[in-house]
Parts: sequence; C-alpha cells; structure tokens
Amino acid sequence: MPSSNDHIVKSYDTELQRLDGEIQRMGEIAVAQLDAAIDVLQRRDTQAAMRVVANDDAIDKLEQEVSHDVLRLLALRQPMARDLREVYAALRISSDIERIGDYAANVAKRSMVLNQSAPVTVARGLPALARLANNLVTEALAAYRLRDAEKAMHVRGRDAELDAEYTGLFRELLTYMAEDPRQITACTHLLFIAKNIERIGDHATNIAENTWFLVHGELPEGDRAKADLTSSS
Amino acid sequence: MTDAPITFATAVRSAPTGAEAAPSPVKLAARNLAFHYGDFTALRDINLDVPQNKVTALIGPSGCGKSTLLRIFNRIYSIYPGQRASGQVLLDGEDVLDPKYPLNRLRSKIGMVFQKPVPFPMSIFDNIAYGIGHYEKLSKADMADRVEAALRQAALWDEVKDKLRQSALGLSGGQQQRLCIARAVALKPQVILFDEPTSALDPIATGKIEQLFAELKQQFTILIVTHNMQQAARCSDFTAFMYLGELIEHGATSTIFTKPTKQQTEDYITGRFG
Repeated sequence: MPSSNDHIVKSYDTELQRLDGEIQRMGEIAVAQLDAAIDVLQRRDTQAAMRVVANDDAIDKLEQEVSHDVLRLLALRQPMARDLREVYAALRISSDIERIGDYAANVAKRSMVLNQSAPVTVARGLPALARLANNLVTEALAAYRLRDAEKAMHVRGRDAELDAEYTGLFRELLTYMAEDPRQITACTHLLFIAKNIERIGDHATNIAENTWFLVHGELPEGDRAKADLTSSS
Repeated sequence: MTDAPITFATAVRSAPTGAEAAPSPVKLAARNLAFHYGDFTALRDINLDVPQNKVTALIGPSGCGKSTLLRIFNRIYSIYPGQRASGQVLLDGEDVLDPKYPLNRLRSKIGMVFQKPVPFPMSIFDNIAYGIGHYEKLSKADMADRVEAALRQAALWDEVKDKLRQSALGLSGGQQQRLCIARAVALKPQVILFDEPTSALDPIATGKIEQLFAELKQQFTILIVTHNMQQAARCSDFTAFMYLGELIEHGATSTIFTKPTKQQTEDYITGRFG
C-alpha cells in the first residue's frame, strides 16, 4: 500500500504547513524577546524595554492566527489521527509560546521599575538563569520543528536545572533583603523576574511534552524531575 | 475535591476511554474466515470480535471486502453459486456457517439494512407485518402492537401513525430507510447489519439514523459498513479497518481515530491513501 506524507487533497498539506510556519515564527519572536528583555535589564535601558513590551503584540497576533487556522482546519478538514494530533499540538504549543512572550514582556516591564532605583548586585545571577531558560525554549522548539520526541524528552529532563538555579537565586535574594531592607522593593521585582523566567522553563517543558504526544499519541511516561524547592523550604 | 491544577497530563489521562472502559461479551465472532468468489479470494484470515450491545464500524477503501464480510454474517452469499466461505462465524459461540445451522433461524437472529432503502410495494403496516408473519402467528391486535413498537423503535411512528395503510413507496428516502430499520427490528433480531445505511440520505435523515444507532444498541448488537469515516467516528464504539481483503486493525473507535497503531490505518483515515 502506498504510504506518503502527502494528502490526496493537496491544499490540506498547505494549511498544515502554514500552521507550522506560524508557530515557528511565534517561537523565534519569543526567543528574541526573552534575549532582548534580559539585555535591557542589564543595560538599564528604559526606552528599549518599552520596545520589548510593545513587541509582544506580534506574538499575540500570531497566536490569534494560529487559533483561527486551527478552528478552520477542525471545521473544514476534520483531521484524524496524526493530523488531529498535529492540530491539537499546534494549538497547545502556540498558547505556551504566547505565555513565554508575556513573561518576557513582564521582565522588560519590571526592568523599567528597577531602573528607577540603584542597581542591585545580586541581579547578576539573572542573565544566567535567562540564558538557561532561553536555551530550553530554543531546544523545545527545535524538537517540535523536527518532530523529534527524544530530543523533546531531553529538554523536559533539563527543566530541573533551571529550577535548581532559580531556587539558588531565590535564596540569595531573600538573604540580601534580610541584610538590607532598603533593597526590598528592588529585590521583590527581581524575585518576580526570576519567577517569570522559571515559568518560561515550565512552558518549554509543556512544548516538549506536546511534541512527544504529537509523535507518540500518548503522554511521556514518568513524572519529570522538579527542583524548584522555593515553596517547600 | 482537590484544587490541583488541570495540567496537560491530568487532562489527557482523565479523558473517558469509552469503549475500552467496560469490555462487553462477544456476540458475533469471525474465526480464520476466508471468502472466495470463484477463484478470487475476497477475504483472508479474518478474526474479529463484535461486542454485544455496541456499534462496530467496518471501514476501508472500496473493494477491501467490508461489504463481503457483512454479507457472510447472515449467509446472503449462499444464494449465489461459486461463492464460498471457510472458517467460522460464531453467534453466541455457535457456528452459523455450518450448513446444519438453519438459514431461517439465522436470518431471524441477524437482520440487515441495505444502502438503498427497499420498501416492499405494499402499505407501511404490511411492510413490517410481512416479515413477522413468516416467523410468528399473531392476533390482529398483537400484530398491531408489534408494528407500532417496531415503528417507534425506528423513530418513525409519529410520522406515519396516521397513514399506516398508505403505500410505503410514498415515504421520503430517510423515512423509507427507517421503515427498513423498523422491518429489521420487528423480527427481534440480536444483531443488525447495516451496509452503507445513510449514503443515499441527506444530512438530516442521516442524523436521525445515527441517533437511532445509539438507541438501538441498548437492545441489539450493531455492525455498520460505512465509507464515511466521520460517521464511523461519530456513531461507533469500535472500528475495524480492512484493506485488500484483510483486517488490518481493530480497536476502540476513540483509539483508531486518534492513535491508530498501523501505518495503513493512519494513511487511510487521514486521507493519504493512493
């Protein structure tokens, strides 16, 4: 029996490819936004931070396009089996990327508030945390692009690294605040920024899990390792 | 009640698994079934369990043997020379292909509804009563009750109760098909076979028939051959995919249409065939 990747109705393939393209674009923008957010935080550049916040619109618009295309595909093509999982995963992954974009914009927004007070030395730990998060997102999106379930699982396993870094930074910030209560406002913003970045890692994990589901039609087995201990200590 | 967040994992895990949840006893089963039209082998090595009080759909491209399989189940083929089946078809464990199994008994236990509605050229009432009269001698009042019950089961009663003595040929296509279902149901069979029952009907008439499947399966075991995969997905509990005379994959409908295990099934249901 012939087995090909092409549908008998060619326009169906075009629509699925279009959906894929939209998500790739969303992902590229989200990764760039997170890079930019950390950059403006380090450079204390309020003008640039405002641009990062404004850029988030582009991701939101693409997410709306994806939702629209998914509805259209469901209504007009009635996708089944792998196609159904493609469409389902596209909807879920686009929503994860949209959240990643929101967190990046939020980092930029908080950096503008931080710029109104003196620099806090402990903030130096943030770029490393952000780099790790960005790395996870990039890897998760690559796994999705390649429909590579094994690669996706690797990303899922690495979220624990990010959690551990975040826990370390959290404790560092607490110590800092205890030592110098004048820094509490700035440190609280930094805590939120760190938390946002940690959450980005969780969305990268979701992307990885959805990629696994897309390929295998079932959830990855076993609970993933968690190393965010800030709520248990 | 926990306030645990609904995650991707819990959402998918807690989804109802439908057919897999409560296994039903097997009503009808094919065992090593093969079928030949003269020298041509139309079916080979079919092993299929049809669970009781469930709807099982047979899907597959034209010529895959799904209608042939349906026709073996009530031995319709036996009226044609040169056609023969080997293997077994077990109805409640009894081999109905055994020539000693009376054809009349088989036909009363396994009813059939065809693609094109074929009402007899007689009144609506007599269309139903005709078959019953072959098996049972009923008083007029009892017969009237049986006819009404059958028409009600086929969701046709309200539309025809005032014109039972009129010709069945005056009914619309959808009504005629429900009349044929009433005719099958009237004999109180255990299994009803449907061969493309809605392919000649409009979406509203189709919807009514599909709703009937859900009601009829409470009482009967239903087997449908359909070209319409959405119909199989909508109405059936189990789906069997056939290709070139073989049963490729059989499982819960929810699984077949989301995560089939065979590439051939995947290619067929996603429209990548050919």
